[in-house]
Amino acid sequence: MSALTSLFDKVWDAHVVRKIEDGPDVFLIDRHFIHEVTSPVAFLGLESRDLGVLFPNRTFATADHNTPTINQHLPVQDPLSANQLKALETNSAKYGISHWGLGHAKNGIVHVVGPENGISLPGMTIVCGDSHTSTHGAFGAIAFGIGTSEVEMVLSSQCIMQPKPKKMRVTINGKLGKAVTPKDVTLFIISKLSAAGATGYFCEYAGDVFENMSMEGRMTVCNMSIEMGARGGMIAPDETTFAYLKGREQTPKGEAWERALAYWKTLKTDEGTVFDIEYSYDAAEIEPQITYGTNPGLGTGISQNIPQAANVLDGAASYAKSLNYMGFAENEQIIGKPIDYVFLGSCTNGRIEDFRAFASIVKGRKKADNVTAWLVPGSHIVESQIKEEGILDILTEAGFALRQPGCSACLAMNDDKIPAGKYAVSTSNRNFEGRQGPGARTLLASPLVAAAAAVTGKVTDPREFL
Amino acid sequence: MAYDKFTVLKSTAVPMPIENVDTDQIIPARFLKATSRVDFDKNLFRDWRYNNDDSPKADFVLNNPIYSGEILVGGRNFGSGSSREHAAWAIYDYGFRCVVSSFFADIFKGNALNIGILPVQVSEDFLHKIFTAIEADPKAELEVNLPAQTITILATGESESFAINGYKKNNMINGYDDIDYLQSMKAEIADFADKSLY
Ligand code: SF4
Repeated sequence: MSALTSLFDKVWDAHVVRKIEDGPDVFLIDRHFIHEVTSPVAFLGLESRDLGVLFPNRTFATADHNTPTINQHLPVQDPLSANQLKALETNSAKYGISHWGLGHAKNGIVHVVGPENGISLPGMTIVCGDSHTSTHGAFGAIAFGIGTSEVEMVLSSQCIMQPKPKKMRVTINGKLGKAVTPKDVTLFIISKLSAAGATGYFCEYAGDVFENMSMEGRMTVCNMSIEMGARGGMIAPDETTFAYLKGREQTPKGEAWERALAYWKTLKTDEGTVFDIEYSYDAAEIEPQITYGTNPGLGTGISQNIPQAANVLDGAASYAKSLNYMGFAENEQIIGKPIDYVFLGSCTNGRIEDFRAFASIVKGRKKADNVTAWLVPGSHIVESQIKEEGILDILTEAGFALRQPGCSACLAMNDDKIPAGKYAVSTSNRNFEGRQGPGARTLLASPLVAAAAAVTGKVTDPREFL
Repeated sequence: MAYDKFTVLKSTAVPMPIENVDTDQIIPARFLKATSRVDFDKNLFRDWRYNNDDSPKADFVLNNPIYSGEILVGGRNFGSGSSREHAAWAIYDYGFRCVVSSFFADIFKGNALNIGILPVQVSEDFLHKIFTAIEADPKAELEVNLPAQTITILATGESESFAINGYKKNNMINGYDDIDYLQSMKAEIADFADKSLY
């Protein structure tokens, strides 16, 4: 009998070109996504070493981080942003890489457009110069973020070199409560493990909570794996995965589909496989979550008070710095805190299900006057769905406007910055100091919590509305 | 981009006893707009280092002339967050060759090694000793010996060994990088890729 192996081992081992003794594995990358921020220096590197792109058809380019989310038909105002967007276009054209730039019908956030067009498939290795590449793990792929030196490696040799991470499994069984979404599940896990708790590991999510989750929900969960320090997260492909993929633009068709499907069905962890570390939780423990500090591990159930320093894993000095930045104190209630901005979007929660969830609460209500809301679809395809499904009408009726696709206020590299000192309930993935703009204060939460805050102007338990 | 070889580094160190220093602090996103590797050192720790009017914040360690050196000593979980290699470039270009912490985020550690910064992971206890030594004497020197894989507080002679795999160690000592290595095995890669499903 062969040794028991995990989903992660199966995919990793199938890609190892060479094992270096007392060193990393050299492994093949199936799909490589690039965007305008982390690729230009890699292309310069290619030029200075006089190297080409080995397999241009395995790399896909999209512009997202720097793009404006209004008036996309006009020239980009910021000359530095425009320069990066231009560099992506020029480099893609020069090396024959398909490029979905600003204005392209398929343009959007890299981690939204990859899955939506069937580029990311089970059993693949997928990388991008962006830490939230872990999103694609939802399909049973090994997907993770890389640095610019590695972008250059993939372009020039389709390989990177890394030691194999350790294996972690997080199992959650049971039934999720009212208004508890995939975002709450991931924020809950990160609050339990801390922002560094999974460093050195690759995480598999298992149990009926994930089995019953939609593909979009699974993407939200895998997306945030990096926020507990994990290299990435993955979920075994199943009928939900196959149904999602079938017929998408770039998925295999006909006989190739059947062959792929047969392989994909073998991609699961053997029963009895031993992990380096395991955690398990009961779905009933999880309530809608919100963060109150400056790393994603500093979150709690929305009905709870801000914990005392003794009850968090961060050191006392760092914790005090964090609360001070947020303008919060230990033991305070989070519910009822006034907020200024709401951001619905990002590669964590910028998909159609997130807009449906948001609309389910704001429908028939009105945006609070004190709230500025930025609702930003993850891609043009999501934007069209919002319009076709009548969600735009619901949003407009409630006093909201829709922006155009892009990373937007997730990282404040474009014009969408939360002003200093202001509070934003955000469906994105990072609440670091200044992440959404210098001095901005971010509370991470689900689209339902964001919607409840948008209509009341303060942190509100979404269960009141459902 | 090639980097300088690393063998033994004897230097004073800059202490930053803060946990979870994320790459958004090391270099905020708004400074990532260059298309070449220039000037990232100027914006290293930008929002901790400068006020909104660009005047230096007196209480930040990089603005305190009593601290200097090629070694940056950070708190636990250094380099978490975004994968931006710009964070490592900013640290290297500012003049640091070595970052010491009790724990590094994975991507940062990989990026650092790829561009010639040695991440030295020490025990919580030893990290504390380093901070204490620098507090007692800002000119206290550390010695990082890569061939021997040790880090020593020269004033007290206290020393600890650190881990690094043989391949990366060899690269750092010789100033090689992974791209050189991968180019040397291109035929093997092309064969392998031919047989791959995708
Ligand atoms: S939405 Fe945010 S996290 Fe996602 S790719 Fe864009 S900047 Fe990165």
